[in-house]
Amino acid sequence: MISIKSINKSYGAVMALNNINIEVSKGEIFGLIGPDGAGKTTLIRILTTLLLPDTGSAQVMNKDVVNDFRALRREFGYMPGRFSLYEDLTVSENLELFASIFGTTIEENYYLIEDIYKQIEPFKDRRAGKLSGGMKQKLALSCAMIHKPEVIFLDEPTTGVDPVSRKEFWQMLKKLKGYGITIFVSTPYMDEASLCDRIALIQDGHIMSIDTPNKIVSQFDGKLYAIISDKKHGLLKDLREFPSARSVFLFGSHIHYTDKNEELRKAELTDYLKLRGHDKIEILEILPVIEDCFLALMGNLKDAAHV
Amino acid sequence: MSNEFSIEVHELTKKFGDFTAVNEISFNTKKGEIFGFLGANGAGKSTAMKMLCGLLSPTGGMAKVAGFDIYKEREKVKSRIGYMSQKFSLYQDLTARENIRFYAGIYGMPDKEIKLKTSELLDRLHLHDFADVQIHSLPLGWKQKLAFSVAVFHNPEIVFLDEPTGGVDPVTRREFWEMITQTAQAGTTIFVTTHYMDEAEYCDRISIMVDGRIEALGSPEELKRNFGARSMDEVFIQLARPTADKIG
Repeated sequence: MISIKSINKSYGAVMALNNINIEVSKGEIFGLIGPDGAGKTTLIRILTTLLLPDTGSAQVMNKDVVNDFRALRREFGYMPGRFSLYEDLTVSENLELFASIFGTTIEENYYLIEDIYKQIEPFKDRRAGKLSGGMKQKLALSCAMIHKPEVIFLDEPTTGVDPVSRKEFWQMLKKLKGYGITIFVSTPYMDEASLCDRIALIQDGHIMSIDTPNKIVSQFDGKLYAIISDKKHGLLKDLREFPSARSVFLFGSHIHYTDKNEELRKAELTDYLKLRGHDKIEILEILPVIEDCFLALMGNLKDAAHV
Repeated sequence: MSNEFSIEVHELTKKFGDFTAVNEISFNTKKGEIFGFLGANGAGKSTAMKMLCGLLSPTGGMAKVAGFDIYKEREKVKSRIGYMSQKFSLYQDLTARENIRFYAGIYGMPDKEIKLKTSELLDRLHLHDFADVQIHSLPLGWKQKLAFSVAVFHNPEIVFLDEPTGGVDPVTRREFWEMITQTAQAGTTIFVTTHYMDEAEYCDRISIMVDGRIEALGSPEELKRNFGARSMDEVFIQLARPTADKIG
């Protein structure tokens, strides 16, 4: 459905995208995961024909994003990162406008957006500019879906949205996937990775890893430990000073730790921490999450840059 | 009222017409405490924060910030706090050095002290080589760390941070929280909002707002225990939208 081959894009001296290759199959939820400035929006703008790549090529639904841009624009759905509906039109006027631009009617494809639109329908006569953030997001998704696209691009649809509303938004995406729609979505929230079929982890214009979330997690190098003690604030520093520490990161209530040795000598570490005044020490081997992988891969990227 | 509290809030209320945005909230923060102020979008967090920063008049209740009344002493409140948000904090077309001088000047710091502390700060952030470039060209993570440093440059009693780490990469996000922790240990109260639930765990205490009210208040450990939850994420979901699982 989407095929990206060796795409490069620079803004002056800044390399925004560095040799990007991605294939997305029909009906997949594909997540582009990385922080601000990683290149997510640049890539989505190339795929939605709004920006030209310097080199490389991309096809969406077998149409070239450069040569076939007119035909493509009639087909895909796109929800940009910044709210870009008409603020002085009402909710229903915006939806009607999008339907008529794409030569369809609200009624024809209403089933697709029903669940989403129902939630904002009570406010259908309100101007879009007066909606809350969550409602704007639902209207934007409705407008992007009203012509029943086969592929939809969502640029950070959940940024700045609270965790509960984020969960609701992902439930809506799951439903759209059920209709066979291919979804290409970017997000800075690592915890949304597990909701995608496949993901690409992107940082500084590089794709650091691309696979299913489970496979990426299984490729984590070494064993990961969650450590906690009664001295929350001192623990980070003391662990960093432990001679065989490899990586030490704050992670919610615990600290995530990897050791230079294949097998962590727990007793040794416990004694070391006790000597530094810690008590109630717990050291537990755990499975990594995507954010652990991202942190580790960022470290590799930095090392590679310094070589 | 004793002055061990940096913020004292009692039944603070803000109505817009018929709509009650903030509904009789009460809490205190201690000197040097990291206080997480959580809630869903539209729960009333921003409105409450604006009142505490002296930018919006309450319609009821009382509050003191750094010992000053938020009705009568708004200018004094403003001079004793720092503020930083994800969206706006520094001037993009000024350099790092100019931004520091501008903010420090607004807060009335003497030139000599500004010069001395600027140099220290640039050292600490390893920013000396970039001190004289316009900050729009700096990476986001650097900007956010600089913005935080500028917000606490005049040594405020309280610093308000509104989603300071939104969109920031996971390494910088952690470095940022280490800066927050150090600042708190030096005695500044941190009042912070975030949508990252792992960051809620780094707070000493947390309040969770739902529909204008504070529905939960306590340390992360207490809240998890009270709600029978393993993580702050679960606590938040139980509180903020009890029906979330049923939708869709």
